[in-house]
Amino acid sequence: MIIGLDVGGTHTDVVLLGKDRILQQAKVPTRPSSLLESVWSGIEEVTRGIAPEAIERVVLSTTLTTNAIAEGKLAETGMIVSSGPGIDPEGFRTCREFHCVRGSIDHRGREIQPIDRAQVESAADGMRSRGVRYVGVVGKFSIRNPKHENEIVRILGDRFEHVVLGHRLSGNLNFPRRVCTAYLNAAVYPVYKNFFEAVSASLKKKGLRIPIYILKADGGTVTLEASLSSPGQTILSGPAASVMGSVPYASREEETLVLDIGGTTTDMAVLVRGVPLLDPVGIELGGYKTLIRSLKTHSVAIGGDSAVRLEDGRIQVGPDRQGPAMAYGGTVPTPTDALAVMGKAAGGDSERARQGLLPLAQQLGVPLEEAAARIFDHTCKQILEAAAQMVANINRKPVYTVQELLEGHQVRPTEILVLGGPAPLFAFRFAAMTDFRVRVVPRWQVANAVGAALARSTCEVTLFVDTERGFAVAPEESFHLSVRRDFDKQSAVRLALELLRKKCTQEGSADDGTEMELVEELQFNMVRGFYTTGRNIRVKAQVKPGLIPEHAQIAAGLFHAGPTGGQDHEEDSHG
Amino acid sequence: MRKTPMVETPSKVGLVFFPAYDWAISPTHPEREERLLYTQDQVFEEGILDLEGIVELKPDLVDVRDIRRVHFCVPEEGRVVTESHLISAGGAKTVGIEVLEKRVRRGFALVRPPGHHAMRVVHGARGFCNINIEAIMIEYLREAYGVDRVAVVDTDCHHGDGTQDIYWHDRDTLFISIHQDGRTLYPGSGFHTEMGGPNALGTTVNIPLPPRTSSEGFLFVLDEVILPLLEEFKPEIVVNSAGQDNHYTDPITNMCFSAQGYAELTRRLKPDIAVLEGGYSIEGALPYVNVGIIMALAGLDTSHVKEPDYDPNKIRQSAATTRYIESLVKEIRETRRRMAGGGKARSGDSTAQRRRNIFYDTDQILEAQEETLRLCDRCNGVLGIDSRTDRGNHIYAVMIPRKACKECCELGYEWFDSADHRKYNITFLQDRTQDQYLVRKA
Repeated sequence: MIIGLDVGGTHTDVVLLGKDRILQQAKVPTRPSSLLESVWSGIEEVTRGIAPEAIERVVLSTTLTTNAIAEGKLAETGMIVSSGPGIDPEGFRTCREFHCVRGSIDHRGREIQPIDRAQVESAADGMRSRGVRYVGVVGKFSIRNPKHENEIVRILGDRFEHVVLGHRLSGNLNFPRRVCTAYLNAAVYPVYKNFFEAVSASLKKKGLRIPIYILKADGGTVTLEASLSSPGQTILSGPAASVMGSVPYASREEETLVLDIGGTTTDMAVLVRGVPLLDPVGIELGGYKTLIRSLKTHSVAIGGDSAVRLEDGRIQVGPDRQGPAMAYGGTVPTPTDALAVMGKAAGGDSERARQGLLPLAQQLGVPLEEAAARIFDHTCKQILEAAAQMVANINRKPVYTVQELLEGHQVRPTEILVLGGPAPLFAFRFAAMTDFRVRVVPRWQVANAVGAALARSTCEVTLFVDTERGFAVAPEESFHLSVRRDFDKQSAVRLALELLRKKCTQEGSADDGTEMELVEELQFNMVRGFYTTGRNIRVKAQVKPGLIPEHAQIAAGLFHAGPTGGQDHEEDSHG
Repeated sequence: MRKTPMVETPSKVGLVFFPAYDWAISPTHPEREERLLYTQDQVFEEGILDLEGIVELKPDLVDVRDIRRVHFCVPEEGRVVTESHLISAGGAKTVGIEVLEKRVRRGFALVRPPGHHAMRVVHGARGFCNINIEAIMIEYLREAYGVDRVAVVDTDCHHGDGTQDIYWHDRDTLFISIHQDGRTLYPGSGFHTEMGGPNALGTTVNIPLPPRTSSEGFLFVLDEVILPLLEEFKPEIVVNSAGQDNHYTDPITNMCFSAQGYAELTRRLKPDIAVLEGGYSIEGALPYVNVGIIMALAGLDTSHVKEPDYDPNKIRQSAATTRYIESLVKEIRETRRRMAGGGKARSGDSTAQRRRNIFYDTDQILEAQEETLRLCDRCNGVLGIDSRTDRGNHIYAVMIPRKACKECCELGYEWFDSADHRKYNITFLQDRTQDQYLVRKA
């Protein structure tokens, strides 16, 4: 049995999956003061009377790091940054203790200017004397040659509790994002470590020896232990859980739009033949642009509880939420109230919803029911427009070869999968308004927790080879190898796949490697004068987001059981 | 303290980046796959595409209609143009559209292959160029947005002889080229006495600089000649053919310009649209020069953008070079003054001839060309071109300019209709008043 658990802002969704069905599902209120308690109460809710040995694994998706960043509850962190020439690194200052030091590496990984030991020592001493315990070290082009970052760490010695190295976080080029990513990883480290220790202690206390996995932003899982080295990866795993929960039902031939309709926002994503699209660079959260690998998701501030008002006689939905719908005790009319007036949602106080909508109907000069229908339609239309915009943005992504440009694959979703509280009501309307095939994800209220439970591990390896300079480097793995002139793309691909397999095992994948794929394989002849002096090879390999092999049976079970009927959504349509 | 803070961009810049990683003239040719690889590395690593106000755009391809507004391709477009040229020109066009639609303030097409050696008649590739990507963009913008007056400032180290040829008779296009003196570098033209055809005298300006000119020299001619000319011409848009081979590390030229210098030139020139041309120091120059140009276009601080081995003292031009450039500037001013005093082209039945041999170095083709221009004071004048190559092609092409007067229009059709089809294997008519292109094969 597998437990999937998604800690959301207001609710924690949890499922217990058996071989071919959901054995238990629950929704418990999230206690912001104690994440661990929310987790345990969720687990207890679904495991009553179950022998702990029967549980193979628990997969957690938490808002821990997301909230820490969004609420600015970050530990005081110091940064040591060496940039060399380029944009003034002061522009990328992330914190008060931001120290730019000498040292420069160029695009091929050559050292241009060495590190100044005394300068680093002095910055380190200063930070330590001011009580800094967490530090990020980042160099420009450190993924081509991590020498300077490694040197700085050696100079720092044991002055600090935790030091994050930029080149270990991602194989992608982008110095400012590397700075941000290292900063966030260092700054959320203590809060994440507390959580990690609390979970471990609590498991021990209860005598449980269940492997715990953490869901990452890219929709993959990683063991709790491995997640500690880079807690930033767990940012925004919530939307990833929902996307993974829709994967079992998506078309394997065509492209799918996933809409997760919540109270405040609607999260959207695109699946291509059942595989979620990844963001090409990395997550953006709370004003931070990072290199954290994530699913390509887009969030619009329109949900069931969005405030509805008239502006210049036109209906405006969102972007704000002023508490729950009026039918549930709120003070501002919402799309949920519109549904209540239309008689579509039996829950809540429909009389209050009617009262709430009445002034709007009067201003519009139409009967109450028509006003409600217009509000609901407007909500649906705005969500669809935002989705179309997202698809257009995906299709605008630049490519860099003639062949790719001419092939010009365009994403054109043909179906919509809807999940979240009011999913069936919206799905019905979407179907009427568009040509898409529209379906509701089975058990749409807990599909996110199912997604967490079924997600498999993911990882990525970037390999850079320069045969003229005679080396191969995979920065994230701390891998460096001297290579000869005859090292070619084929050897590089083989090496990258080998490194990927190793990484998968380290991060807790039970996968046998059959799902590995190449994301990028480029080889350039380096010509100086009129002679080829070497090869410049770039290979990126990944295990893409997907589901554990057991998923098929469970999904099939759910699918044939069909949606569990109206009762559930009545309870949840406001959430 | 800011969160992602980042650097504020005063002026919004649209960027097309198209390195064409799967296209080369030949494996070891300077114009090969690897050319923009390190530039991409530098641009990505600097995080430039994340800067607020920098937008990366996906290039559209240009189509045959776009090419036919500028060129006569022999025997036809498909035979002298590859997809990568369509994308490269398309990149320039995409940037132009974004600027004209005011979605961005300025734009930069960082594309390859280049285009400024491509002339009006195209039999093949010259100086790594097949079609003129700037001219194709400009003529599209004129057609689609009604742009009239345009200035092209070509800062590539090689004379922009293709662009000069296309705008030689166009008084609405000010073409200015600064380049290494033609006596010391391909294509061997671009002397200051080359000032445009009789209907458009003075709208072509050449500033041939001596080898080893450094930032001081470039910025001097910019301030003393180029900026005043732009002030006087009052173009609606300024296009910069932003070649980067004036760099002190370029392997096929002999100049001493730097990333700092290019950034400063861009800041002062303030082009609306910049288009990459040459530049073959792919590791030592392009990564830094391009970053400098992008940041300068965006109005950002470029004082930290430097090559690893940058030492302004080592590359500073000699006093003799400074004196030479000063006297050259004086000479250019005097020549222009004399020209302004001279008689204007007379309208009437008279025509002017120009005979030239054009060598296509990349494709090893020799072309003999004879132009006939109707002298006209009401329009740029109808142009007839007789062109024959050592490959056996002999064509006749008539160009009726955009704002042609009635007489020039009628004469153009008369020339086209009466062209001897036994003599020419193809006869072309480009009628820009109707955005029309006719082809008659023998």
